[in-house]
Amino acid sequence: MPATQNRINDFVLKIGTVNGTGSASANGLLMKALFRMGIPVTGKNLFPSNIQGLPTWYEIRANHRGYMSRSGRVDVMVAMNAQTYQKDLNEVSPGGFLIYDSTWPRESSLHRDDITVFGVPLSKLCNEHFEVARVRILMKNVAYVGVLAALMDIELDLIRTLLEETFASKPKLVASNLEAIMIGYDYARENFSCPLPVRAEKMGDNAGHILIDGNSATGLGCVYAGATVGAWYPITPSTGVMDAFKAYCNRFRTNPETGEKNFCIVQAEDELAAAGMVLGGNWAGARSFTPTSGPGISLMSEFIGFAYYAEIPSVFIDVQRVGPSTGMPTRTQQCDLMLCAYASHGDTRHPMLFPANPKECFEMAVQVFDLADRLQTPVFLLSDLDIGMNDWMVPELEWNDRFKPDRGKVLGPEDLREMDRFVRYLDVDGDGIPYRTLPGEDAKGAYFVRGSGHNRYGGYTEDSDEYQDVMDRLLVKWETARTLVPPALLSNAQRKTPLGIVAFGSSDGAVIEARDALAEQGIYADYLRIRSFPFGQEVIDFLHDHETVFVVEQNRDAQMKSLLTLETNDIADRLVSITHYNGMPIPSECVVQGIARHLDAEAAA
Amino acid sequence: MTYIAKPKIDLPGQKRNELGLTERDYEGAMSTLCAGCGHDSITAALVQALWEMSIAPHQLVKMSGIGCSSKTPAYFVHGAHGFNSVHGRMPSVATGALAANRDLICVGISGDGDSLSIGFGQFGHVIRRNLNMLYMIENNGVYGLTKGQFSASADPGSTAKKGEVNEMQNINPVATAISMGATFVARSFSGDREQLIPLIKAAIAHPGCAILDVISPCVTFNDHVGSTKSYAYVREHLHRASGADLVMPADEISVEYREGETIPVEMHDGSTILLKKVDSEYDHTSRPAALGYLEKQRQAGYVVTGLLFVDESLPEMHAIAKTAQAPLKDLAFDELNPGSKALVELQKGLK
Repeated sequence: MPATQNRINDFVLKIGTVNGTGSASANGLLMKALFRMGIPVTGKNLFPSNIQGLPTWYEIRANHRGYMSRSGRVDVMVAMNAQTYQKDLNEVSPGGFLIYDSTWPRESSLHRDDITVFGVPLSKLCNEHFEVARVRILMKNVAYVGVLAALMDIELDLIRTLLEETFASKPKLVASNLEAIMIGYDYARENFSCPLPVRAEKMGDNAGHILIDGNSATGLGCVYAGATVGAWYPITPSTGVMDAFKAYCNRFRTNPETGEKNFCIVQAEDELAAAGMVLGGNWAGARSFTPTSGPGISLMSEFIGFAYYAEIPSVFIDVQRVGPSTGMPTRTQQCDLMLCAYASHGDTRHPMLFPANPKECFEMAVQVFDLADRLQTPVFLLSDLDIGMNDWMVPELEWNDRFKPDRGKVLGPEDLREMDRFVRYLDVDGDGIPYRTLPGEDAKGAYFVRGSGHNRYGGYTEDSDEYQDVMDRLLVKWETARTLVPPALLSNAQRKTPLGIVAFGSSDGAVIEARDALAEQGIYADYLRIRSFPFGQEVIDFLHDHETVFVVEQNRDAQMKSLLTLETNDIADRLVSITHYNGMPIPSECVVQGIARHLDAEAAA
Repeated sequence: MTYIAKPKIDLPGQKRNELGLTERDYEGAMSTLCAGCGHDSITAALVQALWEMSIAPHQLVKMSGIGCSSKTPAYFVHGAHGFNSVHGRMPSVATGALAANRDLICVGISGDGDSLSIGFGQFGHVIRRNLNMLYMIENNGVYGLTKGQFSASADPGSTAKKGEVNEMQNINPVATAISMGATFVARSFSGDREQLIPLIKAAIAHPGCAILDVISPCVTFNDHVGSTKSYAYVREHLHRASGADLVMPADEISVEYREGETIPVEMHDGSTILLKKVDSEYDHTSRPAALGYLEKQRQAGYVVTGLLFVDESLPEMHAIAKTAQAPLKDLAFDELNPGSKALVELQKGLK
């Protein structure tokens, strides 16, 4: 039996339960209690595509240094699901702990010598205490919160306060939940030596931070951006974006006296229609968007190409999930880069933004509308399931009340009055962006939107030169986009190094932790986090300034590496891929091992 | 160049509408459809109807999908914004546009391929949402731009130009619309301007999704013996069940009508559709009666035209959604943005 190290405020707690048994609220309670003890914490929900009955896990990482990614360890496992007991047992790191419901015996073959196993008869205790069958199931999951509170020194007072806040309108539930917690707590105190060496310890109050999932932050960002038309078709994992937009709009945009709403949400018949509504809404002058996932983008592709060529501002939020096809809808990936970058038929290319956490989801959900309006083109916000549906601890969201949205080049009736004639697709400023007008304002501004050939004046054309003139001007606009999208963020190593790491989105946390771990081994790498496409000069410079650049991403085919190769010159030979694509969020050890393995192989060669 | 602007000539003594505009002000570019195309007659009827209703050109949006029919928005009201979108998806773009600006007057022009094949889903769902628009189907039973394939509205037993017989059942847009809960359903014939113009006006006045199916012969690919969408066949088999007239809010109903033959249907804006019963058997307020009548006449070989069903009491999209009365696009940013204090307050619940 290996000695267990003291792991104070540095552990992974994983809980395996059955979907639909109320474990989500129990796990949320644990997570929030740790957060209020001032410990940096993240929670990852690993769940099936199912409403009730299948196995589900929740993984809480507490880390005093603030690491947010998965580490690859499991220090304490709560195995409530007999069906997955063997798997859960195997996953515990040596020296770790496993807690299970000992009401029913486990097979003796299911045993490990290098960890400590605690049996707590949770079902039996709850059955003795509670009458109703459904309540017994729910309370069994609340009772393990009590066991963990005793074993890991999680403050009971905090748990009580949280229960009171959660069930403010249902005080009876506070009492019954507390009873269940005390059942577990007392049993652990009486039967085990508490606390464990793996435990929590109050380290502050996490002031200035919040717990939020990326979809909620994105929906809130759309509200703050002034979006009024939301069109969508339900699809996991993006549904939470529209749920949040609707909830926040109901709160902030509904006239309390008349009940009238300053927004319009349309649940479309499919993603094709949702895309059409986004185009129609933006064309008519309201900020309009759709949240979806990869399969939805596939379906929207015809309209995306239309919007590119007809130059209609439009916002597409893609919360990525495993592909291809319908894939594993409840698992995460960064797999739609190529799809979104060049979505649709013919020559098309689209700006993309890559938020790395919920705070950036909020900020970029505002930016994406400004970019779409300014550039008059489809712009993509690429989040993923890990960011979108998991709870992240991030600095508080901020808002500057002096912010004015950039609605781009829109001519109103007064502007038109001063003009001899309005033409739609003429680049008068040299930035590749023409002026547009809105329907319903002035007959002088009328023009005809068409996906077919049009010339720079907006007239129908099948003339080769006139068509090519428009296509070439769109490339000028692309160069303008390059200067407007958020730049990549550079973090230099403590010393000069020929090694670089490029990553984006939710891979950020794994790279941050991996760089620290590698530095301890004497391996230093500069880090550039790409936040948008098209790539700015800073990306090209970074690639040229390093002999070897590791491109970390969560898809099989190295899509970011492909984009970098396609969009920049003479750098392909220095790019080394580190990919992770099993559907789980990338752990930091994947990055550490990928880089170490490459350097070892190079040294041996 | 297939886009030809019509010269604008002001003739003295031209009639002007309430806005001081002449009928020429409601025209568009020169049509590039075949000479004699039914669609051009419909365009002319639209021009006259919109002029007579004194609709401000800038208040109008002209929406379409793909096909011969979908080209026609370029041929009327040059002072209105137009949107020639993708095949079968006009209803979704119209939905977005009207979501953004509920004050727009929306005329959507589709065809039988655009609405009954590739766009059948959107056709159904725009009816379900009861979007406030005129949804016109210029129905010729054939794919013209791709040279003569049957469309889903081709009647069983009818023949293509090269002799092929259609053995599949057709999709009947008016019966489908009535059964799906449409609030205004009418059918007409491009060669019957006398009936078509008032139907267009009534459809625009209707506060919801008005489906207007217009049989519009394709002179190039579907005007032969054996076609059931030819000028000759339709003229011979036309059966007018009802007619309609629109009386604007400001006007008095001056027409004398006899009880049971002309029925006034009051619209929300105060205008009145006068429904004229041609066939005394017809009941435009009952879905089962309308469907039964249509089927009976179809079996007898007739093409029923007229205002077939209307229910102006059902709520349109914005009434259902309780959207603000002002167009969303006109709301000031300050009204939409909750501000920094609200954000601080909101986040107290996230700790």
